[in-house]
Amino acid sequence: MEDQKLADPSQLSKAKLFWTLFSTTFTLSAFTFGGGYVIVPLMREAFVEKLRWVDENEMIDLIAIAQSAPGPIAVNTSIHVGYKIARIPGALFTLLGSVLPPLITLTIISYIYYAIRDNKIVQTLFFGMSVGVAVVILDAVIMMAKTVFKQKDFLSPIIMVVAFVTIYFFKVNVVLIIFGSAIVGAIAHLVFHKGGKR
Amino acid sequence: MMVLLQLLLSFVQIGLYSFGGGYAALPLIQYQVVDLHKWLTVQEFADVITISQMTPGPIAINAASFVGRKVAGLPGSIVATFGNVLPSLIIVLILAALFARYRSLKVMDGILYGLRPAVVGLIASAGLAILFLALLGDQNFPTTLETLSLFAVILFAFGFTITKFKKINPIFIIIGSGVVTVLASLAGMKI
Repeated sequence: MEDQKLADPSQLSKAKLFWTLFSTTFTLSAFTFGGGYVIVPLMREAFVEKLRWVDENEMIDLIAIAQSAPGPIAVNTSIHVGYKIARIPGALFTLLGSVLPPLITLTIISYIYYAIRDNKIVQTLFFGMSVGVAVVILDAVIMMAKTVFKQKDFLSPIIMVVAFVTIYFFKVNVVLIIFGSAIVGAIAHLVFHKGGKR
Repeated sequence: MMVLLQLLLSFVQIGLYSFGGGYAALPLIQYQVVDLHKWLTVQEFADVITISQMTPGPIAINAASFVGRKVAGLPGSIVATFGNVLPSLIIVLILAALFARYRSLKVMDGILYGLRPAVVGLIASAGLAILFLALLGDQNFPTTLETLSLFAVILFAFGFTITKFKKINPIFIIIGSGVVTVLASLAGMKI
């Protein structure tokens, strides 16, 4: 599976490392509309494909762990990515990067909201951007789904489809889906890999 | 001073109890901000949700910044926002450290084996919701095509085709789509 070489962030100076962590999460957070899962595929693209600091499977693990904590998933994921790359200082910089854009935006908007709310151009701009967001997410989902099918076992695609259907159509609580799939995975692993590799 | 402390406590609780992120936090925010402390009216609360759909960032943070500013100015906005993410920071760091430490346990392999495809499924669901919201104005599975925006369909198809041929920074795709839409609208096209 290890086909692409990872870059080593510890080669960088501390200042450069922290600046990259901060500026990457800041930019993503500033331009990501729609919250929730929108930013996560974009973080994957930045940290896995562009910077190559985290590999594809590790990234999915980071997201999965971040999901099991309370709070916004975008914030949790950025904390975990920062921690993974540069421990607690790294986590603080990615947290700051992901929180500052909404903090600044909403503080400003709280002053001018009633003036721009009915502006036609503002509405049109946001509408067009939401289409762009849809393009980006669907592209990322297709790439991530390919990784799932690459596992070459029958259970992974089933878990993926069941998770999708239960949340999209039945609006089941995300936490239940997360814990459920963790338990299914643990049991399946114990059954199929008795006395496994490790 | 008192109001800053109240903001902090309220938003720490919202951050702590909102498992599942995003809209899971809505009822908690409403309870603290509208019912308990009466910092916002129901109408203002609905406005904050609307703003959140048009601006970057998770809804809980958006609400924290908006409410904090309204109640106690800039310090209020900062206190409420960082109060909101404080539980996340602590709990994710603990989980991350545990994960790094127990990564080699066999049961952890199994857990991650189950979680990986589930996470992809969850993101796919959000992606589909956003797609339908953009194209039809409703995030649920479409039962009618009456509200379909032809312009959005063409823009989506065009953008999606481009990403298949050329790797473009996602942010340019997002901003580009916004700009193209505004230009088309100014040129008199039906959006």
